[in-house]
Amino acid sequence: MNKIFLVASREFKTRVQKKTFLLSTIGLPILIFGFYALMIYFQVKTTDDFKVAVSDQSKLFNGKIDDKKSTEVIFSFIDADTAALNKKLNNQEYDAYLFIPNGYNLQSGEPQIAFRSSKALGLMTREKIENRINNALEEKKLLALNISKGQLDSARLENNAISFSTNDGKKDNETKVGISYAVGMIAGFLIYIILFVYGTMVMRGVMEEKVSRIAEVIVSSVKPFELMLGKIFGIGAVGLIQFIIWIVLVFGLQFLIPVLFPDVAAQMQSAPIQPGAMGAATAVKESGALQGIMSGLAEINFTLIIGCFVFYFLGGYFMYAALFAAVGSAVNEDPQDAQSLLLPIMMPIIFAMVIMTKAVNDPNSTLAIFGSLFPLTSPIVMMARVAHGVPDGVTVVQLIASMALLVLGFLGTTWVAAKIYRTGILMYGKKVTWKEMWKWAFKNN
Amino acid sequence: MHNILELKNLQKHYATQKAVDDVSFSIERGSIFGLLGPNGAGKTTLLRMITGIFYADSGELLFDGKPFDPQNDFVHIGYMPEERGLYKKMKIGEQAMYLAQLKGLSRSEALEKIKFWFKKFEMESWWNKKVEDLSKGMSQKLQFVTTVLHEPKLIILDEPFSGLDPLNANLIKDEIYGLAQRGSTIIFSTHRMEQVEEICDHIILMNLGKKILDGTVTDVKQQFKENKFNVQFKGQPTALVSPIFTIEHQEKQQLILKINEGYNSNHVLNYLLQQDVLIERFNEILPSLNDIFIHLVEGSKATTRAFQNN
Repeated sequence: MNKIFLVASREFKTRVQKKTFLLSTIGLPILIFGFYALMIYFQVKTTDDFKVAVSDQSKLFNGKIDDKKSTEVIFSFIDADTAALNKKLNNQEYDAYLFIPNGYNLQSGEPQIAFRSSKALGLMTREKIENRINNALEEKKLLALNISKGQLDSARLENNAISFSTNDGKKDNETKVGISYAVGMIAGFLIYIILFVYGTMVMRGVMEEKVSRIAEVIVSSVKPFELMLGKIFGIGAVGLIQFIIWIVLVFGLQFLIPVLFPDVAAQMQSAPIQPGAMGAATAVKESGALQGIMSGLAEINFTLIIGCFVFYFLGGYFMYAALFAAVGSAVNEDPQDAQSLLLPIMMPIIFAMVIMTKAVNDPNSTLAIFGSLFPLTSPIVMMARVAHGVPDGVTVVQLIASMALLVLGFLGTTWVAAKIYRTGILMYGKKVTWKEMWKWAFKNN
Repeated sequence: MHNILELKNLQKHYATQKAVDDVSFSIERGSIFGLLGPNGAGKTTLLRMITGIFYADSGELLFDGKPFDPQNDFVHIGYMPEERGLYKKMKIGEQAMYLAQLKGLSRSEALEKIKFWFKKFEMESWWNKKVEDLSKGMSQKLQFVTTVLHEPKLIILDEPFSGLDPLNANLIKDEIYGLAQRGSTIIFSTHRMEQVEEICDHIILMNLGKKILDGTVTDVKQQFKENKFNVQFKGQPTALVSPIFTIEHQEKQQLILKINEGYNSNHVLNYLLQQDVLIERFNEILPSLNDIFIHLVEGSKATTRAFQNN
């Protein structure tokens, strides 16, 4: 045990001390955060307002398109004819003008409203302008029919007109299902990535030991099994640390956003208290959705999910790491050999990913149940089911069975891998096939 | 004083062949023991069994008078395999520390011993260098240090001099003698026969998994001598014909002769004196280990097997 610890701590230290580790552990979240910050920055700082002159000849809008205080498209009403407008456009006083001809008929839309810009519009700007004008026109039309926007909104069926619930009397909240879907998907995908990234890290570590011919020196003082376990534990610890740092950084950096961009924070805070009837209506709707998400999040059992995540993270990693180590031990100098040997290991992982995308939609389908019990796929598939909660997504019995099977699977693959590893690590100059690896694993030698 | 290592009928089979086939020998404590054999003879397999990397299929292995227990005895063994390497990206000091700790030394013990050896081999300035910055000879020295660091009772060196310049080879050679004098036993595996002749007390020769020769270097040479003598003389060569010997080679003032069965060197000398030959030198030609090796191995299927083995 002491030697496994020695090996593991070497594996851990050499990796953590590498520059690439620092770069990927701290650099990556900062890079991603930087991208976000940049995106927010550009969104906030688009001071290049798009100025539109509105010449409302038929007095349709009464000097106001809507209540939006847009910083991007500014409508200013002036009284001018097309010739004067064109001149202003040429003088670059305005970026575009909207000309509503005299005697514009709201119902028939004749004669047509003209919009002219100095240069072709970008897709986003065009959409914004179109939306705002269309909305304003729609409201005017409704008013002409004696229907206010508020009346229309209340006439529309809200999402909660029908009450969905399950047989055990629980409310079947749509937002909750949606959030479960997202959480399951993210958790499953993270485990998928972990299996690949740290699995290949183990494989490369084993290959390095074999190619650099240090394996034989080491196995004269350490049993091959201890060497393999030490490597797996060491790299597992690297992975765990890396993940914890990532999570801490991501949460920590989030608090930086309001500091860096006070505007955004202010906007986020002021959003629900927009003045005006329409604004209030949308605000209520938005905060309703937000409340839905909040309550949905509250309903999700995060202790369970995080607990399961750590368990399946480690279980899945240990199970596959041993297999990756076995492949690494069978490979010689040519890293290309690894590709063909890796395929049978990658297949179940990819297969699990496919089942996961199904399970996240329908956690109780036969395929999902099978996938979440079978140890080679359970680390990924079970996360999708656990996200839906116990017992909605998965029964307690199934969860315990799956965990037990995973532990057995881990012991099984490690046992098999250790036998392959023992033979492979000292075998040089020969291209190894799966058939031979099978022989090493199941024949006594 | 009992033997440090005793092998009794040791066997190890692979799927296709017997790598080690019924090998028995014993190694005296404090001796330098040569394990010889062509490629693929089963030396590495044998060494791996002695170091506990492989288990024997059958037979008995006694270490220090007790059945070999790799779990505990590994601390008394230092193994420098032929296929040896180091972690390229690791610092030399850390690497030595790691290997020493794997051999069961505590941190402080390891540090103390590494410092001692590094000083001895003038490697102190290497501590923070990486292995990839070392030349082959330098890393060989480092490897030797890590092999003997924990003062093992049994040191196994597989081709320890490959890649070393004569200066460093001598340095290592002196250390080997020193270690043997201090009570360590050394198993020395190589193809370089002149080194074996120089260093080893006792040798065994393996071929095709079997032991085909066992004895001290002098004994082996005696065993394979062909009664050849070298005679150096003065004056004009005369025609020497006698039933006592046959002349194999004759130069101006030197001849190599082989004594025929039933006679000995005195007979030859008597004859030569009678012939009035002025003898300057008369000495027996003993076969070199190289000759014995080639003589014994040639003709067997050693080369084909070596090929299969890979």
